[in-house]
Amino acid sequence: MANFNLKINGKTQVVDIDPTTPMLWVLRDHLKLVGTKYGCGIAQCGACTVHLGDNAVRSCQLPVSAVGEQEITTIEGLSENGDHPVQNAWMEIDVPQCGYCQAGQIMSASALLKRNPNPSDEEIESAMNGNICRCGTYTRIKKAIKTAANTEGV
Amino acid sequence: MTKINTHIGRRAFIRNTSLASGGLVLGFSFLNSCKPEQAKETAGMEMPKEWFEMNSYLKIGDNGIVTIYTPNPEFGQNIRTSMPMLVAEELDVDWKNVLVEQAPYHSEKYGFQFTGGSRGISARWQPLRMAGATARHMLKEAAAQTWQVPVEEIIAEAGVLQHAATKKSAGYGEMASVAATLDVPEEVQLKEVKDFKLISSSQKNVDAKRIVTGAPLFGMDLQKEGMLIAMIVHPPAFGMTLKSVDGETAKAMPGIQDVVTIKSFKDGFEKGGFDTNAFPELVAIVGNSTWEVMQAKKKLNVEWQPTSAFSETIAGFRGKETRNVPAGLESTTAHKAQMEILAAKPGKIVRKDGSPEAAFKNAAKIVERSYSAPFLAHNSMEPLNAFAHVEGDKVKIAAPIQIPAFIIPTIASSLGISQENIEMEMPRMGGGFGRKAYAHFVVEAALISQKVNAPIKLVYSREDDLTNGIYRPAYQATYRAALDENNKLTALHVKAGGVPESPLFANRFPAGAIDNYMAEEWTIDSNITIGAFRAPRSNFMAGAEQAFLDEVAEAMDKDPIQFRLDLLKRAKENPVGEANEYDADRYAGVLELVREKSDWKENDTTLHRGVSAYFCHNSYAAHVLDLRMENGKPVVEKVCCAIDCGVVVNPDAATNMAEGAITDGVGNALFGELTFEDGVPQKNNFHQYQMIRMKEAPNEIDVHFVQNEIDPTGMGEPPFPPVFGAMANALYKATGTRYYKQPFITDKPPLVG
Ligand code: FES
Ligand code: FES
Repeated sequence: MANFNLKINGKTQVVDIDPTTPMLWVLRDHLKLVGTKYGCGIAQCGACTVHLGDNAVRSCQLPVSAVGEQEITTIEGLSENGDHPVQNAWMEIDVPQCGYCQAGQIMSASALLKRNPNPSDEEIESAMNGNICRCGTYTRIKKAIKTAANTEGV
Repeated sequence: MTKINTHIGRRAFIRNTSLASGGLVLGFSFLNSCKPEQAKETAGMEMPKEWFEMNSYLKIGDNGIVTIYTPNPEFGQNIRTSMPMLVAEELDVDWKNVLVEQAPYHSEKYGFQFTGGSRGISARWQPLRMAGATARHMLKEAAAQTWQVPVEEIIAEAGVLQHAATKKSAGYGEMASVAATLDVPEEVQLKEVKDFKLISSSQKNVDAKRIVTGAPLFGMDLQKEGMLIAMIVHPPAFGMTLKSVDGETAKAMPGIQDVVTIKSFKDGFEKGGFDTNAFPELVAIVGNSTWEVMQAKKKLNVEWQPTSAFSETIAGFRGKETRNVPAGLESTTAHKAQMEILAAKPGKIVRKDGSPEAAFKNAAKIVERSYSAPFLAHNSMEPLNAFAHVEGDKVKIAAPIQIPAFIIPTIASSLGISQENIEMEMPRMGGGFGRKAYAHFVVEAALISQKVNAPIKLVYSREDDLTNGIYRPAYQATYRAALDENNKLTALHVKAGGVPESPLFANRFPAGAIDNYMAEEWTIDSNITIGAFRAPRSNFMAGAEQAFLDEVAEAMDKDPIQFRLDLLKRAKENPVGEANEYDADRYAGVLELVREKSDWKENDTTLHRGVSAYFCHNSYAAHVLDLRMENGKPVVEKVCCAIDCGVVVNPDAATNMAEGAITDGVGNALFGELTFEDGVPQKNNFHQYQMIRMKEAPNEIDVHFVQNEIDPTGMGEPPFPPVFGAMANALYKATGTRYYKQPFITDKPPLVG
């Protein structure tokens, strides 16, 4: 067990925990931030995607000990009122079916748009290919990313 | 107007008199953490001071806000939006003044709370509209009494009651307190389709905001004071069972509370059709957090032993049936060999019209082709999980589950408590696809909670979910067509079977369209558990049949759409036999619509396109799929789809579902496969089990609905089965090779015939 000071969604959180614990479970079990989802545990599905700094990472593969000073943003902290342009676009296009994968999709998409505000189809596909949607909402996800691209505040 | 007697849903309209002052009190609400989210979301909506319960589906606030309790569990078809729309339409309220809450499991109040078989909307079509219509009628009565005017002169529209002659007007909220005390009318009038204002207009998903902000909606998200995490360890292979466990090392690991064994069925319990469970004896490990339990799970020393063969009687949907479960460790290669043997022998004849034998004997040409498909795992994005808290002779459950009613008797028997003492909530499911209809995991959670005497959440790892499956069976079908010297189709013969179930639908198209027809089936017993998977059996038969018809059309030198339409014309004008399940007109309707919308041209060589159409769940779907090959891999450019599912309640949501079904079909046709070796599933996570990803998804999906006034039929499943045939037929156009064996694309050279 060890103590970690984590910067999550703009707040400092202290956890006393086994250093090998992946951030996914720190978030879900210890900090009750359950928006970040468990889908595979082996970096294959993207359901657990969070931002580490500005990068989209798979939190199931990120041990708490590797986080250090870096800022973590989860779906709960992406925007204050749930109105990030990507979230808005997701609602406008009515993307979700079951919704389980969507937090991860949104975190991948928002990281993509931050570094590349106007991605091509190929760039969208390669950035999003790590996120599985079992319900098959890919055509809508693509449309929503294009809707969000180039909007204020991406 | 249609007058409908309310007795069909009368039970639901009996209010709980102890709540006469209003306010429906639900048993318990575990997802309390959802509430602030909802409050935030409805900030623009002023909450009423008092609620008046009109019936179990709806209550009206003194300010006119309406809460609708949606009865069925949600797994992504968006019924949490479309079901309340049915109530709101007949109540005639402004949709923006409606709040939706999930009803708990309560069969007396809410009837059969079943999500599956594409029956959600069709089963609720009348009762939910009636719930709205009776409440509206009671509001009118209340206004009539208050204003002392005849009820026939009251108009109730958009949440407002009006009496023109006296110029009186009141919001529903103002009349709700009186209305809630009135008798439920014996009969109500439902609107006619042409008068619908809300139904058939696209409404956004009521949960969209909660989903995109990561609110705790799913069973997996549940947190409760004092709750422990449990995981199970199941045998590594089908055909194995628990022998012994040594949990000492695991128990000594940090955060671990207990290691227990559970037995899911009491001896002598008569199973129902959804009690499928390959591994009723399990080891469970319980601890403080998921990660700790996952680590300790690896340290368990468990010994397994082979099972013995047995026979059991199941009280299924269609009465009692006997299942034979063999012993042994099964393999895909052995299954394939057995399937070939049975496919070559006569099967059990299920339907025979005319004299197919003679027709084949006299044929100038016979086309014979065989098709096969492997086991498939559901792989819902949310792995199986369940919360249970047993306290004495009572249990509280919250689980992502498709058919709560079917697991209640099992839970009661296994825990040794009475059915009335089971309280159950149904959080949103992160996908179901049929898998969450088999709720053994809920029984397991309850038994673990009982053993460790604490609230627990049972969490399946992805590996547990994939390897303790209730899979789509492996199937095989051989089709034969007889053509005479004029190249006319004279007979059709289908023989189909599977491990362990036959996929045959003997009375579906093209039965009824051909004078000489024969359908046979066979099965092979297995100890690998199987169950419903999006459009069971249809999901294979459609692909085989529609690929075969394509080849027959080619042999007859006919356009594939025209060929199908000609057969349907025959089936309509002069049907063969009486048991035909489909409506030839509606079938032809989707083919004609897809022909028009896809801009289909006969002998078009500019595009690689495949067509396919199928009937299931009382609906009709036809697809035209366009693809091109890129580096030896198919890229699906566009799928044009036509569906006839009667009245479409929420068109954009239905379109989303069709898009999902098509994408799901493309993925499973190309990659979906689970194989077995010595009883062991050969894939246990997504690094091995290929799921469709954005790159392989169709670039464009264009969905069209046939416009009619027929009561709604199935929607979640029907667009899925035809994808397999459309894909096979388009692949043929693109590669010149016919594809007979699913999955069509594997890392190995494609197994083409
Ligand atoms: S749970 Fe992390 S990628 Fe699947
Ligand atoms: S919406 Fe269900 S997995 Fe993506």
